[in-house]
Amino acid sequence: MNEVSFHNFRVSAAQAIANAHLQSAIDGATLKFRNGRRAMLADLPDVEAMRDHFKAMRSATLAHLTDYLEQFECNARAAGAQVHWARDAAEAQQIVIGIARQHGAQLAVKAKSMTTEEIHLNAALAEAGITSVETDLGEWIVQLAAEAPAHIVVPALHKTRQQVAELFSREVGKPLSADDIPTLTAEARRALREKFLAAQIGISGANLGVAETGSIVLVTNEGNGRMVSSVPPVHVAVMGIEKLCPTWDDAAVWLELLARSSTGQPLSVYTTVLTGPARPDDPDGPRELHIVLYDGGRSRLIGTSYEEVLQCIRCGACLNHCPVYQEAGGHAYGHAYSGPIGAVLVPLLLGLEQYEALPHASSLCGACLEVCPARIDLPRMLLDLRAEEVTHGIIAPPEQAIEKSAAWLLRHRRLFNLLTDLGRVFQRPLVRHGGLWLPRRLNPAQERQLPSLAPRSFHDLWEELAAEEAAPAPVARRRLPSRRTTVTLAGLSLLPLALLWRLLRRKGGKRR
Amino acid sequence: MASAKRVAIMVTCMVDQVMPEVGVAAVKLLRRAGYTVEFPVDQTCCGQPFFNSGFRAQAADLARRTVRLFERYDAVVLPGGSCAAMIRKEYPHLLERWPGETARAEALAARTYELSEFLVHVAGWLPTPAPNAPRVTYHDSCHMNRMLGLGAESRQLLRAAGCEIIEMHESDRCCGFGGLFSIRIPEVSNAMTQEKLRRADATGAQVLVSADPGCLMQMRGFARQTGVRLAHLAVLLEELTR
Ligand code: SF4
Repeated sequence: MNEVSFHNFRVSAAQAIANAHLQSAIDGATLKFRNGRRAMLADLPDVEAMRDHFKAMRSATLAHLTDYLEQFECNARAAGAQVHWARDAAEAQQIVIGIARQHGAQLAVKAKSMTTEEIHLNAALAEAGITSVETDLGEWIVQLAAEAPAHIVVPALHKTRQQVAELFSREVGKPLSADDIPTLTAEARRALREKFLAAQIGISGANLGVAETGSIVLVTNEGNGRMVSSVPPVHVAVMGIEKLCPTWDDAAVWLELLARSSTGQPLSVYTTVLTGPARPDDPDGPRELHIVLYDGGRSRLIGTSYEEVLQCIRCGACLNHCPVYQEAGGHAYGHAYSGPIGAVLVPLLLGLEQYEALPHASSLCGACLEVCPARIDLPRMLLDLRAEEVTHGIIAPPEQAIEKSAAWLLRHRRLFNLLTDLGRVFQRPLVRHGGLWLPRRLNPAQERQLPSLAPRSFHDLWEELAAEEAAPAPVARRRLPSRRTTVTLAGLSLLPLALLWRLLRRKGGKRR
Repeated sequence: MASAKRVAIMVTCMVDQVMPEVGVAAVKLLRRAGYTVEFPVDQTCCGQPFFNSGFRAQAADLARRTVRLFERYDAVVLPGGSCAAMIRKEYPHLLERWPGETARAEALAARTYELSEFLVHVAGWLPTPAPNAPRVTYHDSCHMNRMLGLGAESRQLLRAAGCEIIEMHESDRCCGFGGLFSIRIPEVSNAMTQEKLRRADATGAQVLVSADPGCLMQMRGFARQTGVRLAHLAVLLEELTR
């Protein structure tokens, strides 16, 4: 099944672009994060050295991941946690459902977690008859709207105040005004408090794990992560196997770069550390702590040229700086992981064929690489994925034929110049305002005017230009060949090409 | 007017076919800086469009061809940051499969320059102020800025020519071109371009200058929606230094 074809991506992106509210919400939020990040990083004594150090730590950890995972498991068990291993999403779901059933849990509260989004945990819990409630405000909004997160850090970025008020009104069963934000938040708080107190199980992800003590760390800004992990008697944390660091010194760098790169904060408001369940003399905390170490295709990437993508700490900086994400919005990516990191990670974890458009959803501008705290070379991986699409035949054969013939032609300069000179003649009836005029339906660039070939190529002009230097006297202008070609013939010139293009796109559309 | 200083120009396929005036201006500027310019006539394309769309074998063929055409020159100058970045940053690893080729590619990369970079750092040439130089805003094209670290050079040249530079908001934001991206996902590409032009318009500058033909071509697709003139750095500088 093709999840994100070019057609799907384009349709969804076009909707996002046409949605003025969404555009201004994305622009506002991402600009705030960009400015915040810049200011917060400038605050550090030597942020570039810190990023280098962080990258080296992440890559060294991945190089010995099995050792650190064993160390982590060993120390987590010693601290009293129960550690589970999940190979894929189905296994992870079953483990969580099993724990919930064991405790007869009907209601689960959840802290925001991209990993549980990745394994579609809410849907699986619902199917098993367990209600799960998201307690991060943004996630809750998205859950009430039955949508996917539109941003990996701020999931409800795309929702207006009005839409939120409607959703909350429906949930609490009384009309709430969109203009009264304090009441809206107070109602949310009240409703969520009830859930926290009633839930038999708390579920979270983990921003990172620390091998030396077997601890997991949750980072939130609303304190809901702390409630989820301390009020219900049982806590389950689902953590990707790559989110590990050896020591607390490493964790300190991680947390600092995460908050600064992500939301432009020196540190997130709440940093919760869980090392085993509550001790007997602890006033609160879960009696049982379960850690699910989730692979989901990650281990497959180790040792490949894509291993670097596992250094990601999901800070969202690449989304906030990506001009494609800012126009297309998160939903076009067809997965909870959107933006540049999603464009690389999703095809790698879930299949290139199903997500064929994602590696192309980038102008390769390089802004993501510039801002990534771990300096992950996402543009390089996008290029590698595109190359794989060619070698695996995911790019349709007709398109391959066009590209290959174009490259062949460019290796034969005389022929190339001859054909472009012919193009110059044939394009004449289509040239307007210094560009090519094509009916919208035939224009692959849509409302953008494509360029026309210049009246004379540089190759053609060179002779005079060279003569100017030798003898700076004016040289007679050479006339263009075949000026007398008829308009009728010319009209037909680019049509076959344009038609071929349309045909290919349409075929592509059907195939998908 | 024989000169010991010689450079080869690689005009790039886009300049050759779509905006030859950029190549002409670049040649004139190099001559004003005291260089004799050669144009290896068999040049076509650096291979970047194929590299960027995943057609590595085709890109490598064009890269090898380009290396052979240009390696005999002491310096190669391109009026386009993106193609210069292709030769400098991508050729060496693209040709990795052929050990000898990598060394040749690296040697060429070391002698390849983007135009503004060459004028400022190699030729040590700066224009003199022109009386009615326009107010301009400068678009930092992505590969030139992020892969080659260039942008200050263009601004230095523009200022020396008498231009006042009014920076647009986030001048390093992509113009939306991205090669085939611009027709694979035109809706997004176009929205990016329109955003870029809005920001340029907001500066009140008379000219939006770019040192990359690709960006210029992309933005010209919406030329009728903007009051600002879209000009290549070389063309504007050439006009101001006549
Ligand atoms: S790829 Fe880098 S910038 Fe993007 S979310 Fe991951 S860590 Fe952050």
